[in-house]
Amino acid sequence: MSRLIIKNGRVIDPSQQLDRICDVAIEEGRIREIAAGLPTAGAQVFDASQLIVAPGFIDMHVHLREPGFEHAETIESGSRAAAAGGFTSICCMPNTQPVNDSATVTSYIRQRARESAIVHVFPIGAITRNSAGEELAAIASMKEAGIVAISDDGKPVMNARLLRRAMEYACALNLPLIEHCEDLHLSAGGDMHEGFQSTRLGLRGIPRSSEDVMVARDLILAELTGVRYHVAHLSSRNAAGMVAFAKQRGLPVTAEVTPHHFTLSDADMLPYDSNYKMKPPLREASDVQALLEALASGAIDAIATDHAPHPGDEKMQEFERCPFGIIGLETALALALERLYHPGRISLPHLIALFTQNPARILSLHRGALRPGDIADVTIFSLERDWTYDVNRSFSKSRNTPFHGRRFRGGPVATIVAGKIVWQAEQ
Amino acid sequence: MSRGLLDIESLSRSEIEAILARSKHFQPAPGEPFKRFDTLRGRTIVNLFFEASTRTRTSFELAAKRLGADAISIAAASSSIAKGESLVDTLNTLGAMRPDAIVMRHSASGAPHFLSRYLPVPIVNAGDGTHEHPTQALLDALTILDRRGTLERLRVAIIGDIAHSRVARSNIFLLSKFGAAIVLCGPAPLLPREMAALAPGIELTTSMEQAIRDADVIMMLRVQLERQHEAAFPASEYFQFFGLRPEHMQLAKPDVIVMHPGPMNRGREISSEVADSKRSAILNQVENGVAVRMAVLERVLAQ
Repeated sequence: MSRLIIKNGRVIDPSQQLDRICDVAIEEGRIREIAAGLPTAGAQVFDASQLIVAPGFIDMHVHLREPGFEHAETIESGSRAAAAGGFTSICCMPNTQPVNDSATVTSYIRQRARESAIVHVFPIGAITRNSAGEELAAIASMKEAGIVAISDDGKPVMNARLLRRAMEYACALNLPLIEHCEDLHLSAGGDMHEGFQSTRLGLRGIPRSSEDVMVARDLILAELTGVRYHVAHLSSRNAAGMVAFAKQRGLPVTAEVTPHHFTLSDADMLPYDSNYKMKPPLREASDVQALLEALASGAIDAIATDHAPHPGDEKMQEFERCPFGIIGLETALALALERLYHPGRISLPHLIALFTQNPARILSLHRGALRPGDIADVTIFSLERDWTYDVNRSFSKSRNTPFHGRRFRGGPVATIVAGKIVWQAEQ
Repeated sequence: MSRGLLDIESLSRSEIEAILARSKHFQPAPGEPFKRFDTLRGRTIVNLFFEASTRTRTSFELAAKRLGADAISIAAASSSIAKGESLVDTLNTLGAMRPDAIVMRHSASGAPHFLSRYLPVPIVNAGDGTHEHPTQALLDALTILDRRGTLERLRVAIIGDIAHSRVARSNIFLLSKFGAAIVLCGPAPLLPREMAALAPGIELTTSMEQAIRDADVIMMLRVQLERQHEAAFPASEYFQFFGLRPEHMQLAKPDVIVMHPGPMNRGREISSEVADSKRSAILNQVENGVAVRMAVLERVLAQ
């Protein structure tokens, strides 16, 4: 019988208000017991002294690029990057080739994940066929095949009537609908946030309003239909306010924010460097401040990376020709510590909830907690470890990040998936 | 990163003054032909134009030749760009031929800045997208100096498609370093509020009369009516509200000069009467282009 004891860590599980120094016993891939001074005879022991032991982190927004774009990332390489970032579960967006808009593709992704992934992979299905925004995808079949949510991420559903139908359908299936909020007419041709910096650099702008009008429209339709509605990669201060207002009114509305959006503003961009190009774009310092406050107040529920790998040759072009997106799995926790915990903006249990309990609740995953009998997904991290991110040693197949060379205080130390240590930081 | 000329924004006032002073040295005396120099003999300059531009390309070619350099011009349509080669590969290929400088025009904002991070060869920006056109602003400044003797405390109206104009940006950055009062004027959708924050002393208006009143310099910009799918403004009434006509001239200072970076659309943004009047400095601008580009090439290659 395999037995692993995580010894003397500060065990924090916000789902049960647990925060104390003790041991975690894992047997046969499941949590067996959480208590102080557990016997270690015959067990593998992981010394977690001075470390935080948390439920396995969940990234509810990643792009694994398989099938179709395996030169950028695969389910295997993406899962390894996830493990190195402390994530034990990742949810992959459907904008692959083919798009995950049918049970066949969903099953294929799950099959490939079983064969090659070192963390759990939960597919998200498309809202519309080929994410083309014209007719609904086979949502119920995909649900039977294992999707945990629907989204046309990368694109919005521009047609409000079609979105309403999707919401009604998803509501009946108890599936959350995740929207990429961008009015494509307002954002057309844009390459970065519209404001002083875009004006100065002569780059076409993506106005904040392109996000705001979609969030506003969607909240109205969410109220009409009763769907569990989730805003992907929220970046606008106004959108954050609207989500908070919807929550006050009791709507089942949730939102996520990426580490880059709560860390960087358009003024931090290295001009014309595509490692700073993503959708939604880096916005202004006032937006960054609003996102930090919305995280602290609970208006934003989750941190998700929007990990979006692109191979180097696609990012080595004129700014306007480069694709949108950056990788983020390996730097997410460290950025959250830097921006949220170390400055005292939020407590450690709250920070952990943003990566565990909350995304698990949004997606109804049986994950994100450390209770006896649960699948033993555990993230062990340090608050103090001094390290520097070297993207050339990334497990991702892509290198597109603005955080190469950034020095961090604290970060992942070990990642345990179903009782097995799948990644450990180098000493 | 090698020293080229990527934009005006990052130049200091004294650097600009040095280039302008040197440009004056290269201006021919009235009635005299252009002088030839051999300062850059044996040096090779590649003019790489990813966007068509007869005027700027010819001007750079003449500037290089009058300094004794070998100048090669490559138009994108005839190069491997049309065959799908990436910008980086094209420039690396050219770089391997060891030119001493690359003069580059590109439709993407920041393309020369992006390349300068990877290429050891100095790059002179001959216009990048809607960002900057540094030699245009320098030749405009030289033209103003010729006519008015100073760049300081002038009131300059820039009128037209401000949002998409690299000429406007470069001129704003340059003139503001000399304390000019700059009035930007155009249809509201082409006049982003953020332009006012680019430099001190900028005013925005949608009224031609307000823009031109007491102006020392009027810079007209080419307006692209072809981009009407963006529907940024009603093209049919553009000339009526934003075209420069003789009746505007009395609002300005008596010795106002009218400029245009070309190519001009007569009857669209400027009437022929004004374009051909004695107030017009448009042909002086073209002439000064060569002198300014000689000064720029000499500066870039003098190391």
